[in-house]
Amino acid sequence: MARQRKEPKKKLTTEEAGIPGAFEGETVSRRRFMTGTAHAAGGIAAAAFTLPAVGLAVAPVFDKREPRWESVGPIADFPDDTYIPRTLTLVRGIGDVGKSTVYLRKFNPQLDSEERDEYNEYIAISTRCMHLGCPVRFVVASEKFICPCHGGVYDFEGKVDGGPPVRPLDRFYTRVRNGNVEVGPRFSVNSELKRFSPRDPGMPIDGIGQYLYPARPSVRKIPGT
Amino acid sequence: MANLKAPLPRALRPKPKGPSEDNGTTKTGPKEKLAEKGISAVDWVDERTSLSGGARWLMFRKIPKGTNWFYTLGSASLFAFLSQAVTGVVLAMYYDPSATRAYESMRYLTNEVFLGEFVRGMHKWGSTVMVILVFLHMGRTFFYGAYKYPRELNWVIGVVLLILTLFFSFTGYLLPFDQRSFWATTVGVAINGTGPLVGPYLNDFLRAGPEFGVTTLARFYALHMLVLPAMIATMIGAHLYLVARLGTTAPPWVKAEIPADSRKDDA
Repeated sequence: MARQRKEPKKKLTTEEAGIPGAFEGETVSRRRFMTGTAHAAGGIAAAAFTLPAVGLAVAPVFDKREPRWESVGPIADFPDDTYIPRTLTLVRGIGDVGKSTVYLRKFNPQLDSEERDEYNEYIAISTRCMHLGCPVRFVVASEKFICPCHGGVYDFEGKVDGGPPVRPLDRFYTRVRNGNVEVGPRFSVNSELKRFSPRDPGMPIDGIGQYLYPARPSVRKIPGT
Repeated sequence: MANLKAPLPRALRPKPKGPSEDNGTTKTGPKEKLAEKGISAVDWVDERTSLSGGARWLMFRKIPKGTNWFYTLGSASLFAFLSQAVTGVVLAMYYDPSATRAYESMRYLTNEVFLGEFVRGMHKWGSTVMVILVFLHMGRTFFYGAYKYPRELNWVIGVVLLILTLFFSFTGYLLPFDQRSFWATTVGVAINGTGPLVGPYLNDFLRAGPEFGVTTLARFYALHMLVLPAMIATMIGAHLYLVARLGTTAPPWVKAEIPADSRKDDA
């Protein structure tokens, strides 16, 4: 059964609506205007303190950080067939909490399949497990990285060998300055060791993953690498 | 007594005086005078607020036949929360939410302060007790069918309260700032981040940046002792209002009693 279409209601002027004391042609009564003004003023007043407060709370998401390079020792310290642990300060001013272990070795053309450039003369592997962020350690006897929490295992290159991790171990940019190896910002890699802007643990970046888990707008890999 | 509109429950009504008692002169000892003063103070407040009617509406409700000890799980959850609130306020007097001093302040509280270890223990174990009680309360509501019309909204509010309770647990777990706290929070934040699209941004909001940083602990502390308490207190208020407004349900095995005359009408 076809429903009868309703005629759109004509907007009455206040005079036609029988509101006393109306001006001619007026469509909004003074009472309604005052109510609207009071609501708008209240809304503006509430927004005036709410918006800055919310902005302050979410500000760190957009926080821009300058890349920092930290010297970890002379080039002679790092062989190409095993990893040497070094302590890196990721966040300054909070003591041990801001420090993290990083494993370093020289680029080895026989093992490393990735393209060589100015940032991987030395390979720096992050100890942050890519399952949920526990600290992995390098076991020399088996030449594997092993996570104590949920049994994640990574091979010599940091690629996933077993367990729950969703991508290979993160890496850091490295460079050589005055005969010293310097470790720079973090980046993430996919299963082919292609570089991506850093992601948190638990976020796969192969295929659709890189779009489902967008990198933060302010912390990016070095452009063109 | 206060100027009360609704009739008092029988237990609270003044006893009628017997014929042998002296009705003309009442005792005027210091005890009676003090009681008189107290009553007049309550009267003074009540005359200006009419609070007594609301208090009676909340406290003296009709409850159905078959009400049993399982119905106390809600109150038990409430008291677990109150215990957490009181002990938490006192712990906040000793706690320093900075990454370099938090552990030391907790060590000092636990080892040096009179009753420090005890009150900290109450808060720590009380949090677990609260989660268990909330789940038991939820189970009682579910198995008794007490979530059905017209109480669906109260079930929804209850679920919000459960989630808030778990947020309390999550944010509170970091605060002792020992190895267990730190790594549990690292893992917890990473789990949070596995939500697609919004996960990475929620992580940065929780940590106040891409790494566990200078203000992360302060952020968890502020959420734990300012934001979440305000939210849970509001929600508990709404939950209790609906309980008082809608009343409680009888257990499912209690049959409704049909009055004899209505049965006659059916036939």
